[in-house]
Amino acid sequence: MSLKILTEHCSTPGIETFEVYRKKGGYTAVEKALKKMTPDEVVEEVKKSGVRGRGGAGFPMGMKWSFLAKPEGVPRYLVCNADESEPGTFKDHYLMKTIPHLLVEGMIISSYALGANKSFIYVRGELMYVIRILEKAIEEAKAAGFLGKNILGSGYDLELVVQPGGGAYICGEETALLESLEGKRGNPRNKPPFPAVKGLYQSPTVVNNVESISTVSWIINNGGDAYAAVGVGKSTGTKLISASGHINKPGVYEIELGLSCDEFLNSDEYCGGVRTGHRLKAVVAGGSSVPIVPGSLFLKTANGEDRLMSYESLSDGGFATGTMLGSGGFIAFDETACIVRNTWNFSRFYEHESCGQCSPCREGTGWMQKVLNRIEHGKGSMSDIDLLVDVSKKIEGNTICPLGDAAAWPVASAIRHFRDEFEWHIKHPLEATKPGAVYAGAVLV
Amino acid sequence: MEDIKPIMFKVTVDGVEVEVAPGTTIMQAARQIGPEVAPPAMCYYEPLKGSGGKCRACLVKVAAGSAKDPRPMPKLVASCITPVQDGMVVENFTNPQVVEARKGVVEFLLLNHPLDCPVCDQAGECHLQDFAFENGVSTTRYEEERRTFEKEDIGPYIQLHMTRCVLCYRCVYTADQITDGRVHGVMGRGDHAEISTYIGRAIDNDFSGNVIDVCPVGALTDKTYRFKNRVWFSKPVDAHCDCDKCSGKVQLWYRGDEVIRVTARKNEWGEVKEFICNTCRFEKKKTSDWVIEGPTKVNRASVISANKYGANLIKKPDFALKLAESQFKKIDDSRPYVNDMAEIKQSEDYKALMQKNESFFKK
Repeated sequence: MSLKILTEHCSTPGIETFEVYRKKGGYTAVEKALKKMTPDEVVEEVKKSGVRGRGGAGFPMGMKWSFLAKPEGVPRYLVCNADESEPGTFKDHYLMKTIPHLLVEGMIISSYALGANKSFIYVRGELMYVIRILEKAIEEAKAAGFLGKNILGSGYDLELVVQPGGGAYICGEETALLESLEGKRGNPRNKPPFPAVKGLYQSPTVVNNVESISTVSWIINNGGDAYAAVGVGKSTGTKLISASGHINKPGVYEIELGLSCDEFLNSDEYCGGVRTGHRLKAVVAGGSSVPIVPGSLFLKTANGEDRLMSYESLSDGGFATGTMLGSGGFIAFDETACIVRNTWNFSRFYEHESCGQCSPCREGTGWMQKVLNRIEHGKGSMSDIDLLVDVSKKIEGNTICPLGDAAAWPVASAIRHFRDEFEWHIKHPLEATKPGAVYAGAVLV
Repeated sequence: MEDIKPIMFKVTVDGVEVEVAPGTTIMQAARQIGPEVAPPAMCYYEPLKGSGGKCRACLVKVAAGSAKDPRPMPKLVASCITPVQDGMVVENFTNPQVVEARKGVVEFLLLNHPLDCPVCDQAGECHLQDFAFENGVSTTRYEEERRTFEKEDIGPYIQLHMTRCVLCYRCVYTADQITDGRVHGVMGRGDHAEISTYIGRAIDNDFSGNVIDVCPVGALTDKTYRFKNRVWFSKPVDAHCDCDKCSGKVQLWYRGDEVIRVTARKNEWGEVKEFICNTCRFEKKKTSDWVIEGPTKVNRASVISANKYGANLIKKPDFALKLAESQFKKIDDSRPYVNDMAEIKQSEDYKALMQKNESFFKK
């Protein structure tokens, strides 16, 4: 059994209530931080832990905290990004509904470290029942004196607000989230200035993912060094992986970073292998926006080394043969999955969710979707494949926010690794459009 | 004591060095050098706070971030919103990556654009025409159906033709900043987003007409001018009047003796100098309403202009451009405006042009 930092108590009955959570050692980290540590010491501890942002980009959290501008007389804000809407990722949802106090506790400590007196949890609007769970947890914490004025006699005040979003994927981008939180249309802002300088209401703001903030209490209780000892290299600690697709045991798993991909996919502790009687065709390792790779490249790098579930190992080989850990949305495809159809489906999602602010993303996502739609429905031509590659290149890197990249990568990588399948669709439209028809020449593991 | 000089940043754009004040954007620095190196702008509009960064037409490569940290920036940056650093080296038209990205932006902007220039009022003074002509390619790879919208009247004077819109957000900022009581904005998302007034409400305030001037394309048009004339057949004249709402400084557009349109005056980047009120714009359409200052010094900055593309032709070996080069000669803007066709036919210019035409068609 490997170390569980976040999900240790998840199976305890009643863990969503304050009493049970407290009995299991909850809120001791708040006591420790507020009574014995200065805010800077808390930041230092998180820095030492090397924990990286779990929302997808993997930016070191302590570093992000230390970039926060601290001008006199201006409030600072901490915002928790709980607008998890990446297709394939559902870890934050699980964490919040199962053990809401872990997030509340993390928010209290993090806000204390950053000197924020009002903090927000921005939850996507579809998860109304989760919002109620969080609100109840906040009330309980307040009643116990862990929130509100003069927490535990330390003189530190904190108000915690849960804000439902409107259910837009783009509001998971931090500056769009801040716009939405301010009550405006959720369009990403131009950077610079970065939120650490001018964020919510033009004040310095830190935006962190639910999972990142939830690790803070463990780090305070056990020390940053203990956290850094877990994992491999710069990928420290544990990570929640939302596993779905053609596997025997879909679900949310906490892994120590550095676990081998083979073990994650095939051991009974985690995914339990590819659906019985089927073979692995492709893997999306970190949510729909990361490049899709064939099964063989997921298990071994291009150099033949074993691939590990860590930020560095998964991105080994760059875009040519690697992928990314992203937000940990693991999707496995067996030989019954059609890559063209899947790519079109992802593309449809990005067209629908593009905010429409900058032209490459607004027009390009729609274009790619329409071309893929044609190929999928047997009306494609060979030049369409190169067209898709070219369009994805013209979107990538030229947009305001990473949604453009996220829309371009799945298409570019699908064509890079499964070009013959696209060609088969175009050359044999009658065959390819039959219900359930799948390209037979794919390399399986 | 030393002299206290204001700190100035040295910036190089396409090999030309310029000194600018800190806080200047790359776009502004390039514009100080001149139109040869200024990046194109479809959404950025200097008078409007917060505009820019959306169209990605002005993407440039920063080859060296600053003198202190001369590493290049990893991605292309939007020059209209990126502040300069001391010692920054910017590549604009000289960088193939930028040129390629801009070609992409032209293509993206034209994907859903109806290309109905022959019937569009904006043709001739359209920023999208200029931008596409200078930076794009002459063919399209788009086979899909274009998005279309119904034409919509917003108020008694303005018609919104959303199909032509490139979603630059300029009118949204104008409505937000120039007029009080903002009633129009962007609805929907992605390529189906649209500019609209909420529940078809009319825009009804004194400065609403300015959204027509800021629109880079023909999406917002003046209903008192629609389909009346082509821009290049009308003659702009500077004029002013005593207006208690605005500065009263306008441009009158004449066809013969008739004022067919009133607009605000624009600078060489096509940006409005002073916003004017609706009374001046829509209701004073008689010469007697105005004090005429004289013909506007036309900065021929449009596709229909013969001058503008003379110098650029060498760079772009395109058939249409070569043709244009062989066909047109430099027009002297300071010459008097002639209305009489008989007089024109007598002129040397006309004869020379006709001769050239003849020889061309014979070929």
